Amino acid sequence: MKILVCIKQVPDMESKFKVNAAGTWYSGQDLAWRLNEYDEFAVEQAVRLREQDPGSELVVVAIGPERVKETLKKALAMGCDRAVHIVDEASFEKDPHQIAALLAATAKGESFDAIFTGMQSQDRGSAQVGVLLAELLGIEAVTTIVSFACEGRTVRAARELEGGLKAQVEVDLPALFTCQLGLNTPRYPTLPNIMKAKKKELTVLPAASLSTEGPLAVTAGVAYPQKKGGALILEGEIGEMAGQLVAILKEKTTVLR
Amino acid sequence: MKALLVGEVRQGRLQGASYEAASFARSLGAEVVQFLVGNPAALPQLAGPLYLADAGRYGEYNPSVHKALLLEVVQREAPDLIVFSHSSYGWDLAPRVAAALGAAQVSEVVGTAEGGYVVPVCNAKLRRTVRPQSAITVVTLQPGAFAAAEPDGTPAVTELTTEATGRIVLSGYAEAEKGDVDLSKAEVIVSAGRGIGKPENLTIIEALAKALHGEYGASRPVVDSGWAPHPRQVGSTGQTVAPKLYVACGISGAIQHLAGMKKSEFVVAINTDRDAPIGEVADVLVVADLKQFVPALVEKLK
Repeated sequence: MKILVCIKQVPDMESKFKVNAAGTWYSGQDLAWRLNEYDEFAVEQAVRLREQDPGSELVVVAIGPERVKETLKKALAMGCDRAVHIVDEASFEKDPHQIAALLAATAKGESFDAIFTGMQSQDRGSAQVGVLLAELLGIEAVTTIVSFACEGRTVRAARELEGGLKAQVEVDLPALFTCQLGLNTPRYPTLPNIMKAKKKELTVLPAASLSTEGPLAVTAGVAYPQKKGGALILEGEIGEMAGQLVAILKEKTTVLR
Repeated sequence: MKALLVGEVRQGRLQGASYEAASFARSLGAEVVQFLVGNPAALPQLAGPLYLADAGRYGEYNPSVHKALLLEVVQREAPDLIVFSHSSYGWDLAPRVAAALGAAQVSEVVGTAEGGYVVPVCNAKLRRTVRPQSAITVVTLQPGAFAAAEPDGTPAVTELTTEATGRIVLSGYAEAEKGDVDLSKAEVIVSAGRGIGKPENLTIIEALAKALHGEYGASRPVVDSGWAPHPRQVGSTGQTVAPKLYVACGISGAIQHLAGMKKSEFVVAINTDRDAPIGEVADVLVVADLKQFVPALVEKLK
């Protein structure tokens, strides 16, 4: 079986974000970068499927500048066989349609049986790229999966719906799956596997060699949300604040009476 | 401008997407056409033309077939805008339709500005304004961002059929596990977020819930980590709650969480980050480490 997992490197979401000089995205300065959380589940599921069928090959792909290699190495250390780095200094300016076009150009001709992505990225959050990629490749996509089992060529998966409801679905491969948080328990790369990952193949492809698709949408601006400023903010010494809060709860709510 | 609104039916019941989409379309002054894969017994009570395909025949989830049905309506009506909810149905179907039409898609729209659509990014810490460049635009609306339109009549139904087939089979639904707690009935809920750091710290949260004669809840990451059971999860994929007092401990305030608790009467947030989005719905924000503050609060409540 041939398996592809598409991942993205994102900033730690606990970061203090600053708007870049052009006012079109966050500034890349002073940020800690990591594997998009949804993609951790995608990598784990891809590795499990690969382990299920020992003759398989698992490829991981990511788009972005040089620093993206670190995230690809993490995926290799988790168990991917080889990596493809689509080098693009301006990937943050691309819309989902352009990102999907780059991935499709990379995947075309490889006849992947199963493709995994996160259901969305933590920074952009469009939840589009996985489905767009499947459409470009002409295969089915099952989104937001929280369980996955493959027998032969048939996959049974559960999609997470609203209010705790799940939909049980079946699809034959080839197909693409977008992974929701909690799908599995992503493994930590072990030290021997981190060492092994350094020797694995990492192919570098310039983005312009794959696709020169223009955008369907452009960013007009990025800004901080307007604070409604409704909250009373307590800061200072712990015991004092606890006393203040108890007084507020007595005055404003009925739960302490 | 003409807007095509995509409704949703789940387990035979109409979801709220149609009414929110209608109010959004009206705010743009758009002429409205509706689309629904559903049944005649559960139609949105909104006047105007509605294209209806039979969910009994085509399935409630069968994306390739729903796409073909929707594209048929696009051909007949030539809308400028196609409006979905940013839901498990909407974010699944919308990109398929956008891809087929070469249309820009803007996801999780919360408003309009500067000739574009406003969407939250980076866990709602920033807002991005997006301008589509394509002839047709596809949008998904953040649930709750636009007030639901009032019912105003019965739609004029045109039935739709297709020969299209899909390869995904919906074999059934699984309800969420029912626990021994019903958070929707609790008057006080103290919820734990990622900020608790490790599962042992859940006892701090439970102690405060007990001191306030309430129940403890949890955000999604805490439940996903296996630190709390699913019936305790507050948010769009868990419980929707409206207690008299909601205390959010170490919860940053992702939109999925806010959707489940923003109707609470009084909200206290305890967070080390003064700028955490939870501050937007809180009445009181205590800037502190919950591991120190919550035990101090429990002590004062004794």
